[in-house]
Amino acid sequence: MLTLRNVSKTYPSAQGPVHVLRGIDLDLPAGQTLALTGESGSGKSTLLHLAAALDAADGGEIVVAGQSLVGMGDSARAQLRRERIGLVFQQFNLVPSLKVRENLAFQARIAGRHDPAWVESLTQKLGLSKLVDRYPEQLSGGQQQRVAIGRTLACRPNLILADEPTGNLDEETSDAVLKLCLDLVEQTGSAFLMVTHSPRLAGLLGRRIHLSAGRLA
Amino acid sequence: MNVRAVLFILLVFAVPAFAQGFAGLGTDAEGYSTVEPGRTFSFPVDHGPHEGFRIEWWYVTANLEDTDGNDYGLQWTLFRQALAPGEEGEGWESSALWMGHAGLTTGERHFSAEKFARGGIGQADVTAAPFEAFIDDWALTGDIAAEQAPDGDTMAEVAVNATGADFSYAMTLTTERAPVLQGEAGYSVKSDAGQASYYYSQPFYRAEGTITVDGEAIPVTGTAWLDREWSSQPLADDQEGWDWFSLHLPGDDKLMLFQVRSEDGSSYYSGTWFTPDGVATPLANDAITMTPLGTTDIDGRLVPTQWRLEIPSRDFEITTEALNPQSWMATTFAYWEGPIRFSGTHEGKGYLEMTGYDSD
Amino acid sequence: MKRHLWTLAVLLSHWRRRPFQLMTLVIGLAVATALWSGVQALNVQARQSYDQAARLIGGDAFASLRPTNGTNFEQALYVTLRRAGWDVSPVIEGDVRIADRSIRIVGIDPVTLPQGAGPITRDALDDGPETADGSGESRAVRLLTAPSLALGDAETVAALGGVDTRPTLGNGGQLPPLVVATSLPPETLVTDVGVAQALLDQPGRLSRLILTAAPETRSQSLADLTGGALERVEPDDQGDLERLTDSFHLNLTAFGFLSFLVGLFIVHGAIGLAFEQRRPMLRTMRACGVSARALTAVMLLELTTISALAGIIGTVAGYVIASALLPDVAASLRGLYGARVAGELSLQPSWWLAGVAISVIGALVAAGSSLYRAWRLPLFATAQPEAWAGAEARARRWQLAAAVFLAAIAIGVLLQASGLVAGFVLMGSVLLAAALLLPSALVGLLAIAQRLVRGPVAQWFFADARQQSGGLSLALMALLLALAVNIGVGTMVDSFRQTFTGWLDQRLAAELYVGARDPARAADIADWLETRNDVDAVLPVWDAETRYRGFPVEVFGFSNHPTYSDHWPLLASLPDAWSEAEAGRAVLISEQLARRFALAPGDPIDIAAPGGDWDGTVAAIYSDYGNPRGQVMIAVDELVARFPHAERGNFAVRVAPEAVDTVMDDLTAAFGAGTVEVVDQRTIKDISQRIFDRTFAVTLALNTLTLIVAGIALLASLLTLADARLPQLAPLWALGLTRRRLAAMELIKAATLALLTALLAIPLGLAVAWILTNVINVEAFGWQLPVYAFPEQWLRLIVLALITAIAAAAWPALSLRRMPPTKLLKVFADER
Repeated sequence: MLTLRNVSKTYPSAQGPVHVLRGIDLDLPAGQTLALTGESGSGKSTLLHLAAALDAADGGEIVVAGQSLVGMGDSARAQLRRERIGLVFQQFNLVPSLKVRENLAFQARIAGRHDPAWVESLTQKLGLSKLVDRYPEQLSGGQQQRVAIGRTLACRPNLILADEPTGNLDEETSDAVLKLCLDLVEQTGSAFLMVTHSPRLAGLLGRRIHLSAGRLA
Repeated sequence: MNVRAVLFILLVFAVPAFAQGFAGLGTDAEGYSTVEPGRTFSFPVDHGPHEGFRIEWWYVTANLEDTDGNDYGLQWTLFRQALAPGEEGEGWESSALWMGHAGLTTGERHFSAEKFARGGIGQADVTAAPFEAFIDDWALTGDIAAEQAPDGDTMAEVAVNATGADFSYAMTLTTERAPVLQGEAGYSVKSDAGQASYYYSQPFYRAEGTITVDGEAIPVTGTAWLDREWSSQPLADDQEGWDWFSLHLPGDDKLMLFQVRSEDGSSYYSGTWFTPDGVATPLANDAITMTPLGTTDIDGRLVPTQWRLEIPSRDFEITTEALNPQSWMATTFAYWEGPIRFSGTHEGKGYLEMTGYDSD
Repeated sequence: MKRHLWTLAVLLSHWRRRPFQLMTLVIGLAVATALWSGVQALNVQARQSYDQAARLIGGDAFASLRPTNGTNFEQALYVTLRRAGWDVSPVIEGDVRIADRSIRIVGIDPVTLPQGAGPITRDALDDGPETADGSGESRAVRLLTAPSLALGDAETVAALGGVDTRPTLGNGGQLPPLVVATSLPPETLVTDVGVAQALLDQPGRLSRLILTAAPETRSQSLADLTGGALERVEPDDQGDLERLTDSFHLNLTAFGFLSFLVGLFIVHGAIGLAFEQRRPMLRTMRACGVSARALTAVMLLELTTISALAGIIGTVAGYVIASALLPDVAASLRGLYGARVAGELSLQPSWWLAGVAISVIGALVAAGSSLYRAWRLPLFATAQPEAWAGAEARARRWQLAAAVFLAAIAIGVLLQASGLVAGFVLMGSVLLAAALLLPSALVGLLAIAQRLVRGPVAQWFFADARQQSGGLSLALMALLLALAVNIGVGTMVDSFRQTFTGWLDQRLAAELYVGARDPARAADIADWLETRNDVDAVLPVWDAETRYRGFPVEVFGFSNHPTYSDHWPLLASLPDAWSEAEAGRAVLISEQLARRFALAPGDPIDIAAPGGDWDGTVAAIYSDYGNPRGQVMIAVDELVARFPHAERGNFAVRVAPEAVDTVMDDLTAAFGAGTVEVVDQRTIKDISQRIFDRTFAVTLALNTLTLIVAGIALLASLLTLADARLPQLAPLWALGLTRRRLAAMELIKAATLALLTALLAIPLGLAVAWILTNVINVEAFGWQLPVYAFPEQWLRLIVLALITAIAAAAWPALSLRRMPPTKLLKVFADER
């Protein structure tokens, strides 16, 4: 579902170019879960952004759901994100002016694949049924992240990319949220790539790779 | 349709379709002087305007020829129209309106022009002695004082001029003969219902002068015909136009013929035959036959420009042909007026006026 | 498509949570649009009336023949020309008084009037049979037959008594029956030329001839035919009125534009804030698969929709404003220019569309930078708010640079350029430069204050005020502009009033002003007055019209009397100016004429007159406020000799003050109110003051509206900032300041910022006043004014600004005071 071949990425800086990623090769088939760990600045987030088609690689090829990102324009990448990819962020990134119910549905609606029954079942499974008429600011962090996961899953993406999804949550909550998330991912058959600091959380996933100084260890 | 058209169509020509909205002025002559038989004509007074009557005109047509034998025709007309009965008044309060028409016809072209004026301020007027009829810079002017005029005829010699776009003319008309009275001693009936006008003519003018076409001055000579007519109620409600002929016959006989057409297709015919010494013979309604032989399409109007005219009692049967079938007076009130030639039992030239052929 | 609608729905959800912000945006746009389109409506309405007046009787399409001198000529010339083959049609024009209204009478000859000569033939006469009286006669026929008709627009006919009534004139004449005709200018009646001559008491005379065509072959020239009495004037689709009133409308437009700009400041602020607040939302949407193009397009759609809605509200409000101001504008235009403007608005659909369009365009301009930022939004930048302080410092540097640039333009214009447009460019650059300098000035002042005060709270107070001034800067700029313009215009109007009142006192020295309604009786009236013991002097106030190098000029005859030499205010003069003028060697000219043609005392001047052109010397220049035409004063004997048709019905009468009432009563008793009109000095001054006040009523109303807009801007900015203020206030609360004290400090801070802005507005306002009186007035009207200072006016505005600021800050302060501590606590919980 996600394939990286010899992917590299360089940023300019005052001290000369910084090679964030150097020749990354990676395969993540459908239905599998993968944890990406590494130090701060090791290039984890950059790799995730590249995989999410939020940014373009300088070298190599990235293929998502059979589509190569090389040379893809902004609109096509937006379409790919809409239809194939789900993103979960550390800061949840809910729309503050939408109620929980609307936050859950909005990405699926934009993607044109809103399925009320599926959203309803997600809402139940995520334990959000009593919260649907609240605004994000009225929720706890764990609740907000559950909404964010629900928003992502509502689209039935082929690939879910999560960037420290539980980084803002206490240990107990984060375990619960991640387990719930993994259960649902398993049910949908999506591929799941998660960036995390935590070896403990990484252990919950099917596979684990470590990024160090721009290379996979 | 503009203001002046409304005024003159309704008042001068009384086109019934428009007259309906203007019952007060259409053919109802209440308050105006009426036309009665048995009037005594007197000159020069009758050359002048007749206040109290609603409409009046001074109408000159001429058949002309240049030195190469080319035919021409010209027309000069001044209409007087009273907006109210009685004295016309002075200055802007005058109830008189004036309209001038001028036409010039060649074999190929026809020119027309018009003028409008209020009475009372000196822009247009007619005086009998010495004779002067004018509107703006157009004039029909005699130079004979009343006491010098033979039998009071201050119009025995007149100059006539007019100018329009691309044409002008200046002619002198002279005659030694007295004016002649049309119909029954100047009482000319227009319909079975008794509509009538006072009508006299001077058909014996010799004409000489210059016409100018597109800046080219052409000396011409020929014959001219003056019609003088006034009335308050010239047409009946259902009459929609007329066809009028003035004919210069061989031997200097003159013939005037007209029909006034009714909506129902019937016509009222009239005419007068003059011998060279001025003896007039009125022609009755049933003495005349007028038959259109051919029409000309003028911007969508079908105008009969060829006629057969018959007066069986006088062994008279001719066919007429227009010098220029497109002799359309493209004036505010438009009509056909132009020189004709005729042949048959008699041959010669004349003038034809046809009204009421508007396409709308 | 559906995707875009959902995107739009998400974007719009922002406003649901922040209705105040939406209100600010809509109100800002609506108010800006309202002021702009209101002013446009006034201009359009006035121009419509001028156009109708210009088009009336073919002024726009046909050349005309006008008298070389004077205002009318013998009708015989018309007949002469017609008889020489000239296609001309007569017109007589003049004013009459009907029931205290001045009505323009236009006499035409429908028989010779050319087709297409204005609305008369097209609409009025060809309307078809006029059936109001059931006679079914056409208007043309009725116009030509006694008692004729008087055609007027619906408003005028209704005001004079209605269709088919026959009002009586001030001079005793009676109008023909009134009928309504479309497309006629206001306060104008069209009738037959003969009837008009009688109504205007000018039998046998005409004002001009419409020329359709001159004869092709002209044996005689116009000069030969008319003895030089008539000259040809080419058709003019603009007309004198439009030219004379140009400055007035430019002034209005400038005010409308200024108000619009102030409104756009609000809009820019509201949109910028909304963008900043929605930045995370936009980023999330991008991450969720909305392309940059789609997002920008949807934002554009959102903005267009909101601004179109605001535009509709604003245009309706503009209509209301214009309707309310139109009577004053019409009165001003009549008072100043004698222009007749309809008292009711009748606007084309294009005006409504333009109103909505200006709102949308204004919003797009104001939102340009926000839209660009949305388009270029970095996708994965950490979702932290921008470093405000850095961004603001950068913005201030830009503003400073722009201000310096604008100041350079202003100096350049002041030194090099001239003309009304240059005057407004000067005004605009000074105002904008000052507005752009404001944030830097405020930050500087607050920094100084911070250094001067002691105690942590006081220091925090100024430091925080400094920080807050950034968020409020647009609103404060709007406030600065509004206050400065208010001070400027207020100073100009009050200076003008002071000057004008003094000038009137000097100029209206006579106790009584007498006018003969019947010119033939004028001499009798004068004789009657002369014989009275209680009358000191009877001074002719006779005048004629001419043109000086094409510019309309009144020639006014004065007689040798101390009333003039002692009282008449002169701006500049040669020695012995009065005696030179009395001797017929020199003239006195008005300031307008002097400025327009750069004439100074001692310069030669030639005056065209029917009785022989005249070369004289300019002996003096005097103020003639409120007169759009030039004026020349010459000895009355010269006037009579050179202008045989001069108006000779009016006199100024010097009477012992205690005898004023007696003379007035006796005069009226002797001649009858229908013959003589007599007004005392007090009444004339009152009338002049009233005209003056109405003239500036519109200016002052627009001024006030602009101030209100600025108040709204301040209120809106404070309201939208209130939420953002919490993180700054929460630590202080945590440090032990009570909510009450915090609220009080918020109020004081808003007041401080407003006070500083108001204080800065005073010098700016004086600069505006100087530009108005010394540049714009001179260019627009031809007169210069001294500027006086009115400190109580400043004080009033400062108090007003403080009240506005405190009112605007009250709600956020109040809610802060009432805010439950948990909400303040939450600020900490949300902070990482």
